[in-house]
Amino acid sequence: MTTQQTPSPEGTRDPDRSATQRSASPSTDPNDGAVSLDLAVQAPELSNSVGEYLRAWAKRLRSGESGLLPVVGGLLILGIIFQVKSHYFLTAGNLTNLLVQGAVFVLLGMAEIWVLLLGEIDLSIGYVAGIGAVVTAILAAPPDNFPWWAAIIVAMAVTAAIGALQGALVILLGLPSFIVTLAGLLGWEGVLLYLVNGHGTGGTIRLSDSVLLDLSNGNLSPTASWVVMIIGVALFAAVTLLRDRHRRVSGVVAPPMAVSVAKVVLVAVAGVGLVLITNVNRSVIGNLRGLPYVVLIILGFLAAWTFVLGRTRFGRYVYAIGGNPEATRRSGVSLGWNRLWAFTLTGLTAGAAGILYASRLGSISNNIDGGTLVLYAVAAAVIGGTSLFGGRGRMVHALLGGLVIATIYNGMGLIGLAADYQYMLTALVLLAAVTADALARRGRTKT
Amino acid sequence: MSVVADTSTPGTAGGAGRPLLSLRGIAKHFGAVRALNGVDLDVPAGQVTALVGDNGAGKSTLIKTVSGIWAPSDGVISWEGRAVEVHTPREADALGIATVYQDLALCDNLDIVQNMFLGHERLGRRLLDEATMEKKAKQTLADLSVTTVQSVRQPVGSLSGGQRQSVAVARAVMRDAKLVIMDEPTAALGVSQTAQVLDLIHRLGERGIAVLVVSHNLTDVFEVADRIAVLYLGRLVSSGPAAEYDTQRTVELITTGTASAAPAAGSGNHTAESKG
Repeated sequence: MTTQQTPSPEGTRDPDRSATQRSASPSTDPNDGAVSLDLAVQAPELSNSVGEYLRAWAKRLRSGESGLLPVVGGLLILGIIFQVKSHYFLTAGNLTNLLVQGAVFVLLGMAEIWVLLLGEIDLSIGYVAGIGAVVTAILAAPPDNFPWWAAIIVAMAVTAAIGALQGALVILLGLPSFIVTLAGLLGWEGVLLYLVNGHGTGGTIRLSDSVLLDLSNGNLSPTASWVVMIIGVALFAAVTLLRDRHRRVSGVVAPPMAVSVAKVVLVAVAGVGLVLITNVNRSVIGNLRGLPYVVLIILGFLAAWTFVLGRTRFGRYVYAIGGNPEATRRSGVSLGWNRLWAFTLTGLTAGAAGILYASRLGSISNNIDGGTLVLYAVAAAVIGGTSLFGGRGRMVHALLGGLVIATIYNGMGLIGLAADYQYMLTALVLLAAVTADALARRGRTKT
Repeated sequence: MSVVADTSTPGTAGGAGRPLLSLRGIAKHFGAVRALNGVDLDVPAGQVTALVGDNGAGKSTLIKTVSGIWAPSDGVISWEGRAVEVHTPREADALGIATVYQDLALCDNLDIVQNMFLGHERLGRRLLDEATMEKKAKQTLADLSVTTVQSVRQPVGSLSGGQRQSVAVARAVMRDAKLVIMDEPTAALGVSQTAQVLDLIHRLGERGIAVLVVSHNLTDVFEVADRIAVLYLGRLVSSGPAAEYDTQRTVELITTGTASAAPAAGSGNHTAESKG
């Protein structure tokens, strides 16, 4: 106490006093006065060797940063169970079918992730997707006869505007997104019924344009499948390897070369496997082979949205707002515009999902169950690993989570269990995912 | 009220002739409540000024006025000798005034680099330039001798309290802040973490940055401050070099607004000579 009360003349710093304080404190370094910071969690990217990388990764797993491991593991377990129960499950035809079935869940999950990252929710996307489908179907049919691309553009513009409208209500009036989009869930179903019933074709609007039907049902030729896959993997390899090399050369945190290569090899194996499976003839009578277009559409959205989230300022702000809106505001970031854009992208992506949905069924009817669709969308995002509490999540979570849901849907159908068991199992998987998220959060706060 | 605020030669130790920030007659009214009443305060460059006072004395109101959260009802804010108006945090930021609030305003889900550049991201070809940002962040932390952070790519949520404080301060320094305002920087910290943060505040002063620290903890204040300013019921009742204050006198000023030991400056210097 006496040292602190000793006044130094003219307010100049007494070097002895500082030195005493420093050496008295156990956690500071007496040599240079550096603040010694102990690392609670070591990020794997900082390690130089593969061994270190794996050890750091294991450490992160234990502290709750489990990443994609639980959902990939869950997918494998489900696959094994269904294969044991029904030997048809792991056939090429069924796996391809599963991808097509899952596409709508995956895309809706991606739509939901935009708002989940903000810490908001959108309960309306099931029926917003329905609106997208209906607008496309109406415009492509007589009397409008829009070309397929014009119908899609208008429909996605409409659903984007719906997302923006709901976002504006949340942002400008400060209403909870839960309530605004709950109103949307009811209201857009009403609009959908109005549009479908008003079309005068008995509650169902058929798609007749061949391109629109092919979105979910068409395939690349086997040769084209290989070409597209090789180009895709090459692009991924180039981007990954060049970026990691650039980072290593610049002397910033980067994974070891072996890890970058391992990622590329993994993606290449997945790509080859995908094409091998989809190129098997899966028709009993005719010839049905090749990579479904819908897989490319999903991967396109995945790449685009991952890029926007990871590489642009807007994407960074979406995470920041979900993490700590007040801190983000004080950093001079416009919360309103960034949130509005996220809501708009939710609407846009939901519209695309609706078009795929209609394409698969060949029509859109007034009994589309948008309520179930939105619950599957949230479930897909959360099962994949996206947090309901905002700020944590990636687009690939919707892909994996959507595949889990499609697997349950598909597998339960194969082993002859009806909707009752299917809903119950989905509920259990969802609970498991949310529990994992909550436990991970507890793990993180402990560190 | 008997002690006249020292406004004579505030920059004696720092060397600069005129103060970096100078407040004259700052008043802030919320309806009938007079939170600040004619506050005169000088904050010189390269020195640590501690702002002390009891709850409700107006400390938070004063720093929020300087950092652009709200405009003063009356009075003049001078920055580097010229009168300025600070209406928004952005304007304060542009002048070089950075405020580190008690909650630190960090996003737990973002890593250190992302937090340090939040709202000020560097872009290359319209995309985030991570390499440049990471190098700059590392450099700033190294300059502040925060050398043992092993990864700047660690989420801020996994850092300890002292580390988080360091990140918040480094963010302010990296944006070329000339004045760093810190609100209760040690309030939530343990002993060793407090030592880290006080060390960091010392180094800011050594780098020629003015620091305005609000603190309840007089031990910390005397450890770190070059100058002390005491607020009492919205008035600045005393300010001057830390040498002129001891715990007893400061507590008296905080609780009653007056100090019995007068003349203050003389007694302070006398004590210093006798002990030093």
